Amino acid sequence: MGERFGPGDQVRASRTDPAHHTRIPRYVRGAVGTVVEPEGRHPLPDLSSRRLPAEPEPVYAVRFTARELFGAGDHTVTVALWESYLEAAALAGPRAEQP
Amino acid sequence: MSGDHDGPAATIAARVRRLEELLEQRGLVEPLELDRRLAAFLTRASPANGARVVARAWRDEAFRGRLLADANAVLPELGLSMGGGLQEQRLKVVENTEDRHNVIVCTLCSCYPLALLGPSPTWYKSEAYRSRVVRDPRAVLREFGFELDPGVQVSVWDASAESRYMVLPRRPAGTEDADEQALAAHVTRNGLIGVAPV
Repeated sequence: MGERFGPGDQVRASRTDPAHHTRIPRYVRGAVGTVVEPEGRHPLPDLSSRRLPAEPEPVYAVRFTARELFGAGDHTVTVALWESYLEAAALAGPRAEQP
Repeated sequence: MSGDHDGPAATIAARVRRLEELLEQRGLVEPLELDRRLAAFLTRASPANGARVVARAWRDEAFRGRLLADANAVLPELGLSMGGGLQEQRLKVVENTEDRHNVIVCTLCSCYPLALLGPSPTWYKSEAYRSRVVRDPRAVLREFGFELDPGVQVSVWDASAESRYMVLPRRPAGTEDADEQALAAHVTRNGLIGVAPV
């Protein structure tokens, strides 16, 4: 299977808040960012940490603006995120305006 | 949960010691084997490696291009690799320019390009650095004595997955005639993390 997203795609980080181990930092959850590039394929830690079957899946460098993440700041933060943590964002916009 | 990495270090150390004892008792590893392997890796892992990569990139435009495109592919040219652990880690080198400055962090734990930078400094693993540098990098850099020009964009890289990042600092002025060794001497560990200009 190929990558679902490519450079320039707008993606929204999942709002997940699992009880088990995960590698999606809390500060990006629900935020919209832009895919910078793919970073290879690796098993989803949420599964592998619980010894569940985990096929390697794409990981992406996703860039968020500080404004989107924290409501302020002029920098960007690029975070490496597994494909399972991302969904296509049809409309980019501040988290607060989303239902 | 992503916040469970801060248990008392002493507890983890005790668990590791016990594990090591059991492995030795059951004959799975030779006594001192782990120490030997760690020592062998750590004597090779040093910020001098990262500095050599940077110095080569400053002097060799073609190398710089290849380094930025696929760092793992060019490390062997300097006798280096990202394969110190169980598997080779992907390295991404991020280049500082006139209008963009990069800084690296691992907000979830302390991921770090150990093979090129050696063991990470204590502050890199501190909750203060990890939580604050993503939110207000300019203020954190200022605390390192590094006042960034307000016109320069800051790009923070959070090594939250399997890739490791290293900063390619800007070449200092007045080093046009320096050879590779002299150039490498300008490069600091903090510069490779992005909390110093070079």
